[in-house]
Amino acid sequence: MQLGVFKSGRCRLASAGVGKTETTRGAGICSASAGTDTLNYQNIITDLLKAVQKMIQLTNVHKRFQLNQAEIVAVDDVTLAIKEGEIFGVIGYSGAGKSTLIRLLNGLEQPTSGSIVINDLEMTTLKGAGLRNARQKISMIFQHFNLLWSRTVEDNISFPLEIAGVKKAERDAKVKELIDLVGLSGREKAYPSQLSGGQKQRVGIARALANDPEVLLCDEATSALDPETTNAILDLLTEINERLGLTIVLITHEMQVIRKICHRVAVMEAGKVVEVGNVLDVFQSPQAEITKRFISQVSDNADADEAIKHLQEDTNGKLVKLTFIGERTEQPVLAELIRKFEIDVNIVQGNISALHDGAYGTLMLQLIGNPAIIDEAISYLHANEVKTEVLTND
Amino acid sequence: MIEQWFPNVNWDKMWEATGETLYMTAFSTVLTFIFGIALGLLLFLTSRGQLWSNRFTNVITAAFVNIFRSIPFIILIILLFPVTKFLIGTLRGPNAALPALIIGAAPFYARMVLIALQEIDRGVIEAARSMGAKTTTIIFKVLLPESMPALVSGITVTSIALVGYTAMAGAIGAGGLGTLAYLEGFQRSRGDVTMMATILVLVIVFIIQFIGDLIVKRLDKR
Repeated sequence: MQLGVFKSGRCRLASAGVGKTETTRGAGICSASAGTDTLNYQNIITDLLKAVQKMIQLTNVHKRFQLNQAEIVAVDDVTLAIKEGEIFGVIGYSGAGKSTLIRLLNGLEQPTSGSIVINDLEMTTLKGAGLRNARQKISMIFQHFNLLWSRTVEDNISFPLEIAGVKKAERDAKVKELIDLVGLSGREKAYPSQLSGGQKQRVGIARALANDPEVLLCDEATSALDPETTNAILDLLTEINERLGLTIVLITHEMQVIRKICHRVAVMEAGKVVEVGNVLDVFQSPQAEITKRFISQVSDNADADEAIKHLQEDTNGKLVKLTFIGERTEQPVLAELIRKFEIDVNIVQGNISALHDGAYGTLMLQLIGNPAIIDEAISYLHANEVKTEVLTND
Repeated sequence: MIEQWFPNVNWDKMWEATGETLYMTAFSTVLTFIFGIALGLLLFLTSRGQLWSNRFTNVITAAFVNIFRSIPFIILIILLFPVTKFLIGTLRGPNAALPALIIGAAPFYARMVLIALQEIDRGVIEAARSMGAKTTTIIFKVLLPESMPALVSGITVTSIALVGYTAMAGAIGAGGLGTLAYLEGFQRSRGDVTMMATILVLVIVFIIQFIGDLIVKRLDKR
């Protein structure tokens, strides 16, 4: 009995560390190691340690290109750790170096200096067959899908298996399984030119999963798709991450993508990683200027900005911006505020967006009344763990 | 009726000459296809940013291709006399035309191969590399299949040019419809023989074009 308690406690710990995926993974470890001898405890602990282990470790990675006598620093001293089983996003504008960064991970580009370790394998020293074998476990999907137009859907998915030297019968079985997984049944014999963008990316994903990879790299995988298809593909990636426990690294310039599926995010600017953290934390308190700009992509709307500027000039009361995270979005904070304090509350703008694990909302209020009471109200909000920012300069 | 319009045509000789032309064209087309693709691949893979990126090899190959592509065919035959003599043992007959035909056409075709390969989306090659493909796998499973329609339409054009080359080679004794038209038709002032040889050359060209277009249509899934 006690053992059971201990185990489930540990499992929760592991799942809290890495997010949703680990819940299933943790449970799997617990049930697999049901037993009472001490040896099993050791196994449990090793397994759990492994479960929160780093999958990818970049240390002081630099990449410089020589272009017409000018030197371009694409990746500038990047140190990053990506955990096993997480969906890790890298966001940046074009030219920030994120495409180069993701290509360093599977050796399509070699770093000028620094170390890249993936699943205990130092990628920078790998060559020839060693590198090719490593690449079979680090697969990639692309913005423009990069399918072979001369092959049908099933032959495209079969291609990486052919490269890995898998026998025909085994290949066929695996291809069938993958086609079902990505929801392309009935389109096996179609050529890429007969498919829509979303279907092409599904083929790309199936192809990437063929050799049971440990890491899936997504290079702007949804940037060429319309919003609805983007959502469907992101749902598929989340499903794969949860079902197969695959580590996903994706690069994008769209904050929506980060918001929807990522556990953690790194923000890149001019080759440097300027900010890393849990998506929720980054949304709540962005540090770098560029991060704030990315967040405003999903939370602000331009029309409101004008109106808010007007209100800022209004000396009547205080303009405050509240930020809600997770459970806080479900609490009636505003009602309590009005009931408790003798002030008028004017709602200027409100916004809520769903994150991978929780919700994130902002609420812009104009507080009108006795300045002393307004200050009290603001400290009340702080006390309730609602991040409050005063926008008026009085 | 045909006998009336072409009184001087010796049909046995005409069919034999047609056979020789077909033989020279087919044989040289096959070898041009192989050598042209090899040369084109070398040009492509050694160019900057590609898998075997190597400036020296690239410059040498490009120079070889450009030189042999530029020499007028009739002069190339004469220049290649020693090589032909060494390889074939004679300067007469359809076989003697083959070295010049292949050396003249392969560089021409190699340029078309290069263009076809350059048309392949770089992303597809990158995708294959990201899957851990070897260079040979990339060549045989990506580069060649993906450019096949362009390679086939290129060899169709080259093959038609080769029909013309065989006629030219015929003028200096290689046999085939060219020899027949020149010796029997032109030199003996038998216009009908020249005309019949021309018609047969045209038929061959049309058939090659038709087959080429058909194959391209079958292959192209874009």
